Parts: sequence; C-alpha cells; structure tokens
Amino acid sequence: MSTMYRSNFLSFKNYRYFKLSALVMGIALLAYLWVEPAGGQAYGGTWLGYLLGILSTLIIFLLMWYGVHKRRTPKVMDRRQYDRSARRKQSPIPAGAEIPVRQRRAADRRKGISKTSWRFGGTLQGWLSSHVHLGISLIVLATLHAGFEFGWNVHTLSYVLMLLVIASGFYGLYAYMNFPRQITQNIGEDTLADMLLKIAELDELARIRALGLPDEVNLLVLDARQHTRVGGNFLQQLSGVQPHCPTAYAARQILNLGEKYIADDQPKLLRDLYAVLLHKEKLLIRARTEIMLKARLEFWLYLHVPLSIALLAALMTHVLAVFFYW
Amino acid sequence: MSEHFKIVIVGSGPGGLSAAARAAEHGISHVLLEASPHLANTIHHYQKGKQVMAEPMRLPLRSSVNFGAGMRENILQTWHENIAGLSVNLRLNATVSTISGMRGAFQIGLLSGETITAEFVVLAIGVQGNIRKLGVHGEDLARVKYQLDDPDEFVNETIVVVGGGDAGVENALALSRHNRVILLNRQEEFSNCKEANFDLLMAAVTEGKIETRVSTRAERVEELTEGDFPLDFVVQTPQGLEQIKCHRIFARLGANPPRKLVESFGVLFPNKDLTSVPQLSEQYESNVPGLYIVGALAGYPLIKQAMNQGYEVIEYILGNPVEPADDGLLREKFADVHNIHSVSEGIALLRDNQPLLASLTTLQLREFILDSKVWVPHSGEIIFKRNDYSNSFFSILSGQVNIQVVGKGDVEVVFTLKAGDFFGEMGLLSGRRRSGTVVAGENCVLVETPRRSMLKLLSSATGVQRRLDEVSLKRIIRNYLDSSLSDSELEHLVQESQFKQYAVGEVLFNEGDKADGLYMIRRGSVTVSHLVAGKEVVLAYVSAGNYVGEMALVSNNPRSATVKAASPTEVVLLDAERVSAVLQRNSSIRGKIDGRYLERVRSTEAALSSGASGLVKFLMEQGVGEATDVLLIDYSRCVRCNNCEVACADVHDGTSRLNREAGPTYEQIHVPTSCRHCEHPHCMKDCPPDAIHRSVNGEVFIGDNCVGCGNCQNNCPYGVIQMAVKKPYRQRSVWEVIMGVNKVASPAPEESEQSGKKAVKCDMCKGIIAGAACVRACPTGAAMRVSPEVFMGQVL
Repeated sequence: MSTMYRSNFLSFKNYRYFKLSALVMGIALLAYLWVEPAGGQAYGGTWLGYLLGILSTLIIFLLMWYGVHKRRTPKVMDRRQYDRSARRKQSPIPAGAEIPVRQRRAADRRKGISKTSWRFGGTLQGWLSSHVHLGISLIVLATLHAGFEFGWNVHTLSYVLMLLVIASGFYGLYAYMNFPRQITQNIGEDTLADMLLKIAELDELARIRALGLPDEVNLLVLDARQHTRVGGNFLQQLSGVQPHCPTAYAARQILNLGEKYIADDQPKLLRDLYAVLLHKEKLLIRARTEIMLKARLEFWLYLHVPLSIALLAALMTHVLAVFFYW
Repeated sequence: MSEHFKIVIVGSGPGGLSAAARAAEHGISHVLLEASPHLANTIHHYQKGKQVMAEPMRLPLRSSVNFGAGMRENILQTWHENIAGLSVNLRLNATVSTISGMRGAFQIGLLSGETITAEFVVLAIGVQGNIRKLGVHGEDLARVKYQLDDPDEFVNETIVVVGGGDAGVENALALSRHNRVILLNRQEEFSNCKEANFDLLMAAVTEGKIETRVSTRAERVEELTEGDFPLDFVVQTPQGLEQIKCHRIFARLGANPPRKLVESFGVLFPNKDLTSVPQLSEQYESNVPGLYIVGALAGYPLIKQAMNQGYEVIEYILGNPVEPADDGLLREKFADVHNIHSVSEGIALLRDNQPLLASLTTLQLREFILDSKVWVPHSGEIIFKRNDYSNSFFSILSGQVNIQVVGKGDVEVVFTLKAGDFFGEMGLLSGRRRSGTVVAGENCVLVETPRRSMLKLLSSATGVQRRLDEVSLKRIIRNYLDSSLSDSELEHLVQESQFKQYAVGEVLFNEGDKADGLYMIRRGSVTVSHLVAGKEVVLAYVSAGNYVGEMALVSNNPRSATVKAASPTEVVLLDAERVSAVLQRNSSIRGKIDGRYLERVRSTEAALSSGASGLVKFLMEQGVGEATDVLLIDYSRCVRCNNCEVACADVHDGTSRLNREAGPTYEQIHVPTSCRHCEHPHCMKDCPPDAIHRSVNGEVFIGDNCVGCGNCQNNCPYGVIQMAVKKPYRQRSVWEVIMGVNKVASPAPEESEQSGKKAVKCDMCKGIIAGAACVRACPTGAAMRVSPEVFMGQVL
C-alpha cells in the first residue's frame, strides 16, 4: 500500500518552497534576459550580477544553517519559561479562568516565544523542504551570477564546489525518497541486532549438526562460521554482498556431498545441516541488504557536509578577492 | 476460664496500633492481637529502606502513636518505642479464627484454641489477607520463606520457588541470575502469569537457567544436618515422589482475602463486588453491634487515615464525642460558600439536594467531599469547554448551570441544569472529550469530584451507580439521537433499553443476525467489518459518542456487517421496535438516521476499495482503538536518523520516552513504543499518590509527586513507561558550543544513584507551545501524532 497520508517534505505546505524557488529563479532569468541583450555581459561585476551574488550567498548561509539547526533541538529553557507563564497560580487571572489568547500571546512575545518564533524554528520538515528547493535554485542563480564565464581561478572553484554539493544533495534526495521503503520491505519488524544474534545461534547449531559428519563437512562449516562477513569496510558496506560468501559456498557444497556420504544416519544429519546453512544464508542476505541500504542512505552526507564547508571557505575567498581586485 | 478484656483489637497495623495505644492511654483493659510474629506485618514487609509516605499531606494526625513520612525502619522503630512506653498489651502470633456474639459479650476464638471474651471488638486487619503457606510439614522452617526482599542476597544456591503466578515466576527469574532455580507449579501450565513473564520464563527454561516441575505439589520439608544442602523438599510429581535437595524455598502462593473471614463474623457487605467495603455507621460500627471496623478494610487504605480512625474508634466506644480529624479540612472545603456554616450543614445539604448521593452514609459523604473541591464560580464562568479532555464529575449543590451542546445542523442548543442535577458523567465514563460547554449561572455552588474518587464511589455504592445510569441513559439518547426528542418519546425509548458491556474482541452483533436494536456507544470503541471471500474486511471504526446498528433498522434487513469491540466497551442498547416506532413518528430523527445510513453506504464502498482494512486491523491489534493520540511513523519516509528520540530526550531531562526501533510494523506503518494516551489509561489504575492525570488537552502525564513505585509501568500493556532518574548534563565540547548544540545529557548514572527513580512517559510535550518535539524534529515528516478517529477516517 503506497497511500501517501500526508504531504512529504517536497510538497510541504502545498509546495510553498518549490513556488518560492521557482519564483526566484524566474525573476533572475527574466532579469538576466532583459539586461543581457542590452548591456552585453552580465557577470558578477554588473549590478545584476552583484545582486545575484548577494542573494546566492545569503541562500548558501541559510542552507548551511539548516545543518546547524537540525542538530539543535528545542531548548529546555524555552519550555521552562512557558511553563511558568502557564502556571495560573502566579498570574493575576482568577483560577479556573482561561487566560485570554491575546494577553497570553503578548506575554509570550515579551519573552520572545511564539509558535512561529524563529527560535522554535517551525518544523524540521519545513526546513528540509526549503533546503532542497532553494538549494536547487542556486544552480540557476549562481550560473547567471557568473554570466557563463569560467576559468581556472578561485571564483570558478567555488562554483564547482557548489555544484558538487548540490549533486551530492540530489543523490541524498533520491536516497531519502527511495531507500526508507526498501529498508522496511527488507527488514520488516526485525532489527539488525536480532538478526546477528540469530545468525550466531545458527552458527552454533550448524557446528553441533556437523559434529557427527566427516571432516570435510566440518571444515566447510568452520569456514562458514569464521569467514562469513556482514558489513565490513565502507565499500563492502555499500556493495551489500560478500563475493564467494563461505556460507553460500558451504550450502552448495553440502548439496553436492549429499550423494557421496550415504552412511547410516548421515543423510538426515546432512539434510538438517543444509537447512540450517540455507536459513543462515537467507538471514545474511537480509542483514547485508540492511547495512547496504543504511550505508547508501547515509554515506552521501560524508561528502555533502565537508564539501559544503569547503564551499564556504572558497566562497569567502571569492568574496574577499572580488573586493580586493575590484 | 477464658481471659476477658473490655476491648479486643484485631490486627496491629497502623489502625489497630493506634487504637490499642489510645486504649492503653485511657487505662482500659485491652489486648492487641497480631497474627504474624511482628508488629504491623504489611509495613514490616515493605522493601528495606523504603520511603513511607504520609498522605494525605493536609490531614492532621491524631493518634497516641507518632507517625510521619520517613524510612520504613525508622517508622517501625518509633512504633515499637511508643507502644512500649504506653504499655500496650500486645500479643504476637495470635491468629483470630472466629468472632461471635455482640456488644458486651464477644467470644474471640484463636487458632491456638484459646478463647478470649470482650465487650467490644475493633477489627483492623487490613486487606492484605493472610499469606498462604505451604500447608505441609516443615512450612515454618527458617529456610522456607514467603517473601523475597532482595534476590541478589543469594548466590550459588539451589533454590526452589513454589507458585506459578506472577510473584513466583518473577522471583524465580530474579533468583536465576546467580542461582540454580527450580520452579514448582501445582497446575499443568503457567496460565496464571502475565504473558511477558511467561515469555521470559520460557526463554529462561530454554536457556537452562530455570528448571520447572508442573502438576507438582509439596509433600513435606525436612531439615538436613549433614551434606551440602540444608533442606530436603519432598514433592509429589505426576511420576511419583521426588526429593529435591536445596538451600532454601520461596513459596509465593498468594493470600487468603479477608472478606470471607469477616463475613463469618456476621459482617455484611453491600454487594459481591470485590472492591466493596462493609457498611459502617458514622462511628465505624458495623451491622454487628459492638464490632467496629477501621483502616483499609473499612475502605481507608492510607496509614494516616487508619491511625486517626484507630484513635477515634476508642473515643466512640467510650462514648466521648470527638470531632473527626478531617473536620478542619472539610470546613475549609465549605469556606467559600456563605450559606453553609458548618460541616454537618454542608453534608446535610449535599444529601438532601443531591438525589444521586442520597444512598450514601455520612461517612461516605465526608469522604466524597474530602476528595472533591467545592467550587463557587461567578456567573458566566466557564466550568469546562466542549472538546476539553477533563474528566471530573460535577454535582450542583445550588444555583444552576447552562450547558451548550451542538445540536442539529450545527446549531447551538442550550439547556439548564439546576440544584440536584449533576454533569460531566459522559466525559468521566467515556474518557473522551467533553461533549458540551458548561457555563455557571447565578449563585452556583458546585462539587467537583476527581475521576479516581468518582470511579471508586461508583464501584462501591450501587445506589449511586443505578441513579447515575438512569439519568445518563436519557442524556445519552438525547445527545446521540436528537436533542429535540420529546419527554414522552424519551420515556418510550428508555423502557426496555439496557446497558451492556463487552470485552475486547467480543461481538456486539454478527452479520446476518436479526436486528435487535440500536447500539449507542457510551464507552470504548468498535470496528465494523464484513466478510469478503472468507476474509474479514474492516469497514469502519466507531468510537464512544456514536451509535451503530442503524442500517438494519432503517432497511428492515438482517445485519449487514459484524460489529466487534475494539477496546473495553459499554453500550446502551435501545429496543428495535421502539426505535422504529419513534422514527415513524419523528421525521426529523428519521431524516438524520437516513443521512447516516447513506453516509455509511458511501464509506463502506470507499473502505472496500481502499484496501486499508489490513492496516486498520493491525492498528486495532496494537491497541490503537483505545488510544486518543498515538505516534505513528510512516517508514516509507523515515530515514532512521532517530532525531525524534534525540529531541524527546532533550526536552525531557535526558531520557527519551519513545523507542523508535521497537514496536511492530505493518507494511510501511510503524507503531513505535510510545504512549497512546488511552481513553481509560491503564497506568492511572493503581497509582498510590494519584500522580497520573490527564490534562485539558488530553495529555496523560505523571506529576512530580510520583513516588517511583512502578505500578504504572507494570500496568501499561504497551510498555511505554520507564523508571528513570533525571540525568545531569555533561559539559559541552567547544565544537558543540560553536555549533549551538544544546546541553547533552550524560550517560545513565551508576547503580548507586538509581534510588531516585521516577516513572516517566510521553507527555506529548505538554507545555511546549510549538508541539511534540518528536514530530517537529522529524526532517521528512514521517513521524505523526494522530487520533485514531482522524487516522481511520483518512485511510478508510
């Protein structure tokens, strides 16, 4: 079932930030087309380029503030202040009576608290929505600001860094829109910790089952226990598979060995062992997929954030340079 | 020749102790009989070092024995000193088995065979009952215990736990950490314990931590003088006798409730309800003349109340007029009302003016007022508003109030209630929002009774319950059907109507049944479902304040759907023929019901095509049916950042009240472990300091007076309450300061600091204007707080 019960962060408040971003891009384009044919070049040095540059810089600051805001949660102090004002005993209004809304708002305003207060910051969903839409608008704004002039200099470096940040952001958008659903489908109600525990139990079970079987089988089981990997380094996590997984190998081999050992009670033991290994293999696939999806959902931030800090540095240099060599 | 005393006091708990001390002070011949080998058995068995409360704080103590809030040990110590100082005639290990006779000539038989005669008897035996013993040879050996105080006291021992109930299983689990544990169960299965305990037990058995013996009885216990084991426990298993050599035995076999015993003394109880208390006179005298009852058995479970009563009862027996200790408090309650000059006047006014309470004794009325607030609102003051979540009950002592409800076509209808009426019962019983706004009229005096006291009263006084039902029945019909219904039509409907109760999952009616009437849901909620190709498809979720069963009445066909209770539900069933007759005569009501019929046909079609039935069924299984506001996570959007948990911890002293990952998932909808703010919160059921409340906006929260007993944690079926200590904040790093990260709570404190634990749970960020932190901190909008009606309305 894929019913969308509510708006997602792209369509937040009926596409409020999409509209804003489209409006900004539209005005910038029109202004550029209006200035360009008349005055020739419209790059950063012109009044339009200057305006676009200021606007882009402000947007970049806002977008970076999202990262800070996201890590800041509602302040405990704000709550205390509000609690005090809500305590009726201390207010001159008689007990049991509602504090008139206007009066309450005025009191809150004095303390700098209101629902729309910048300090409360609305919902994080709204912030993310503006982050994405305004971030996309930067492509147009900064390109027009540059007036399609590029070179081997710090100015173009900031432009390229910005595009890289936006590109990684696009990947993040794709990840946020797609992977959560896949994670649920893969893992259901289990957790990774549960699955790893189960895998360890199956390992033990396999060891016990293999005890009555030939050494050849025991070696396979031992190898499957010792060398099967879940997770691993960064690339291994992203890939989500273990090439030549010893567990999968052991399961296949045991199927082949089935014909070789037909001693008294060995076929049954072998069958049981096969079932255990197969079960483990299925669990391994799910656990690896879980790790892979989580990694793919998160790794881009390790590019996005450092790149944006690099962008900030380059941007500062760019601004300084422009002022020095005007 | 048996001994004779003027007064025999049975039970040396706070009530009995105080009575005996007062008698000793007066120099009257008396004896204080205690069944256990120590004073105040119940308090003696409190956990070591337990902080004992002295609630209600405002009630003054009047007793010859001292008492104040403090540690268990200190309180017991003080009592011992006090009774020694007063030379109280205390007799331990004296279990009373029979009491016969009446004033002036009582015969008290002890278990030891002795008989005592007395002029008066004061029964102060509490409600704990006598702990059941093994009932076999060796049951009183020192190593056979009936209580486990500290499981960590025993290490590397072989311990037998007897009893398959919760106490036994919990003890066995706790002991199995450091010991070999054998659990004995008389029954074949562990069906008497909670499911959570059963699961833990089964896990422990699988891991080999606990051995069990089922269908097994104790045969005898022998002491061994040599060998490694001091005890030899002989048990009867289905395979025959077995000897278990062990270090100690813990028998957790429950207690014999005292009611039977008390009834055998000739004392009458008003009804079969287990919570009911014997009927007593204003002076605590029961229907047996000369037999007085005080303390928890009389319905006063708090230590201070019992001690005051112990003092008063001796004065009453001596014929001394005493003003009850609560008189001062009651006077304060009536202080604002100028035409009431004394407490007795106020009580009399309440009894005469309020038919609902007419059946109560003066003692019960005093209790009622003590719990309540007497309120003199000025004219025009709002008592409560429509859609508020308050749940107290109001009786009108004098004056009048105006009630505004939204009637037909969203027109506001106002009606007036006068002295002698009551209101607020719908909110109280349904646990839902108020259905109307109440405004005070001229000279209005109200008695506001909190939910807990009112529910207690309803369960113990059948007269009040009956009267309340009579009146509320008519109100429900008017409110649900049509407020313009004439009195004669109302009378017509009331006859043959009945209250019915259903447990979760119980069927109100089945598809294909003949229509028996209209079901008005007074409390709880139901699901309407339909069989499609042998599979149950949920069509609708209907909550208290609405009715079901009108379709078959309108169409004159058999039931077209099955209706099941989604939470404990109470309905008013109106007789089918009478409803049809009323509908025929009243076209406006008929139009209304017809409209509802068409609406239901439409929603049924929508539900059948939406395919959300599975989700609704899942949510019902998760108990969302009894929720008022539940946190759901749309996992197709959740990026698993756990920002919700972090935000929650940040605004709640460092402990997150929600666990994002735990909890079940259906397709993409996840129900994290977080409070649902139930209509009738399970956590409120058994809170000794009454610390759990529901705010006007619906949040169920735990107040600062929580004593950390853990009852709410045990009572919550959804596991959303934790015991936590306030976490101190750790120093922020320079980087965190620059980035503006808030103060971060330090990791969980050491074991030694765990004593100050209090219960914590989601309070829906009560007091934070911008709303729940979990939802606001979700970057993708996956977290949502929804009420079940709204959510079901969206998906179905």
